[in-house]
Amino acid sequence: MFIPANMKITITSILILAGISLFAAAADFPQGPGLGKPATPAEVARWNREVWPDGTGLPPGGGTAEQGQAVYVKECLSCHGRGGLGDSGDQLAGAKMGLTSDYPEKTIGTFWPYAPPLFGFIRRSMPMTAPGSLSDDQVYAVTAYLLYLNGIIGRDDEMNATTLPRVRMPNRNGFIDVWSKSQGRD
Amino acid sequence: MAHQDDREITAAGNGLLDRRAFLNNSLRFGIIALPGLAMAADKAAFDPARPPWMQKPGAAPTPYGSPSPYEKDVVRFPASNPVVRGDGVSFTPLHLLEGSITPNGLHFERHHNGVPDIDPGRHRLLLHGLVNRPLFFSVDDLLRYPLVSRQCFIECSGNSNTGWNRIPSQSAAGYVHGLVSNTEWTGIPLGTLLQEAGLDDKAAWLVAEGADAFAMDVSIPLEKALDDALLALYQNGERLRPENGYPLRLVLPGWEGVTNVKWLRRLQLTDKPVMARNETARYTDLLPSGKARQFSFVMETKSLITSPSAGMSLKSGPGLYQITGLAWSGRGRINRVEVSTDGGKSWAPAQLQEPVLSKAQTRFRIPWRWNGAPAVLQSRAVDETGAVQPSRQALIAKRGRHGFYHYNAIIAWKVDGDGLVSHVYPGKHENNDHIDIDSGWD
Repeated sequence: MFIPANMKITITSILILAGISLFAAAADFPQGPGLGKPATPAEVARWNREVWPDGTGLPPGGGTAEQGQAVYVKECLSCHGRGGLGDSGDQLAGAKMGLTSDYPEKTIGTFWPYAPPLFGFIRRSMPMTAPGSLSDDQVYAVTAYLLYLNGIIGRDDEMNATTLPRVRMPNRNGFIDVWSKSQGRD
Repeated sequence: MAHQDDREITAAGNGLLDRRAFLNNSLRFGIIALPGLAMAADKAAFDPARPPWMQKPGAAPTPYGSPSPYEKDVVRFPASNPVVRGDGVSFTPLHLLEGSITPNGLHFERHHNGVPDIDPGRHRLLLHGLVNRPLFFSVDDLLRYPLVSRQCFIECSGNSNTGWNRIPSQSAAGYVHGLVSNTEWTGIPLGTLLQEAGLDDKAAWLVAEGADAFAMDVSIPLEKALDDALLALYQNGERLRPENGYPLRLVLPGWEGVTNVKWLRRLQLTDKPVMARNETARYTDLLPSGKARQFSFVMETKSLITSPSAGMSLKSGPGLYQITGLAWSGRGRINRVEVSTDGGKSWAPAQLQEPVLSKAQTRFRIPWRWNGAPAVLQSRAVDETGAVQPSRQALIAKRGRHGFYHYNAIIAWKVDGDGLVSHVYPGKHENNDHIDIDSGWD
């Protein structure tokens, strides 16, 4: 029988609401030869560098905007410009126009909904010429500097695994989860 | 004025003919030309009855073929960050291609920090998180799993985004709308590996991560993973090209390109999305309210006339031409494509090339007798769910001007009295009242 894709989604949504796991409800998949090799917790910890909005995944260490300014000037300024105003890289701070203006500026201060993923993104992807080369302390410091440039924290506030998740970003409620809406959730 | 064949059946205003007319081989088609594609050079010495290539042996077989040197202009159009060259795109030359499959060397690219040089013997996929057994897979392991093939398009959600601008772009069609390509992908249904690892009941999302210098990470709902997600190893019959994720990529049919993570190295089952940079600060669609649509995964119904299109000319003058293009929808099959040559006053159904596949590009064609007067050509796709490609005005009315992503409005080409084709916004429209500010590729 042909079941339209949107119908299948409705069925899985109903099953979720009924507390039946998606997987049990899913069609059987082809059986593989079972060649996966067990990964140890230590291996998984080394591979997994995700940082979550609640701070899960943040490492020990810390830094302030004061310390971060030096990191920024050395590692970031050539692309992101003085004061985070943007150049060949994105504008990160200094927005004068809001998101509803004719010329919206999507910066860390106006657009990012959570602070810890900023640490996660810088640690995994920046600087573009040598991604992953900054120490955790340097990443905390430059994260603090960017939050400071956006007027979100003070110059002497230390960002670490405890304080960063407590930072409330101005655009925290700025997103509409259209996927969950399409699934009848949210 | 061109001769009208008595047997032609009119299908809509301004010369659109019944889509079946081209089956009648008594009709002669005009030539649509691109400037700069040169013809054979030395006419004086050339005898078409005894061409030189029949007078000496040709080249020997080769290990891997290339296009004819005469097709050297059929190439992608790359555009990169001026400082970090690996941060950029290349566009598929849709206006120079026919059929529905994109050749592998012309598949569009979007890289955030370059194409990694991955040794497949050392690459691993880690499956972990809310699973009973965290597992590593080598590429050799994965090649032993049961494979399936399916055709589908992948479209960058930033495709066509100059359409949001107030001045219509005059670049060639593929170099504006070509961040979409259509491929037969072969790989392992993701569910097969999830079955092997064993899912925790709390699992609802996956975080997928690439092994590039950007370490691209995005969150994907488990529903999609269990619906039609593929761990692709082959494209169009050969192993993935490096720029398309060699040796392993995720393919999520119909979903925005960024979720089809290339160079896949890690899948983490979770109970919620990770809120990574590329699902918050980027790849979200700002609305006039100041809120942004997030997790807007599905690429909506869209079509495009690829020929004639901007920059071409109907150089052989009034007469019979074939209008052709591509249609696709992230929700399923294309149901119909309608074409207008009178600025949208009347529409006629185009012929769809079989087979029409779900979430794949479908070629459409319709014959048109051009009378030599200026004309505006448009196509409008409808998919099997009834979703209709919107007009530009309707899309902007709904989403505003600063969504940047997910531009799928009807595209209009104007043919002037000399047969030159340009891009226009039909209807009463601003053309020069503002400076365009949305540009770039992501």
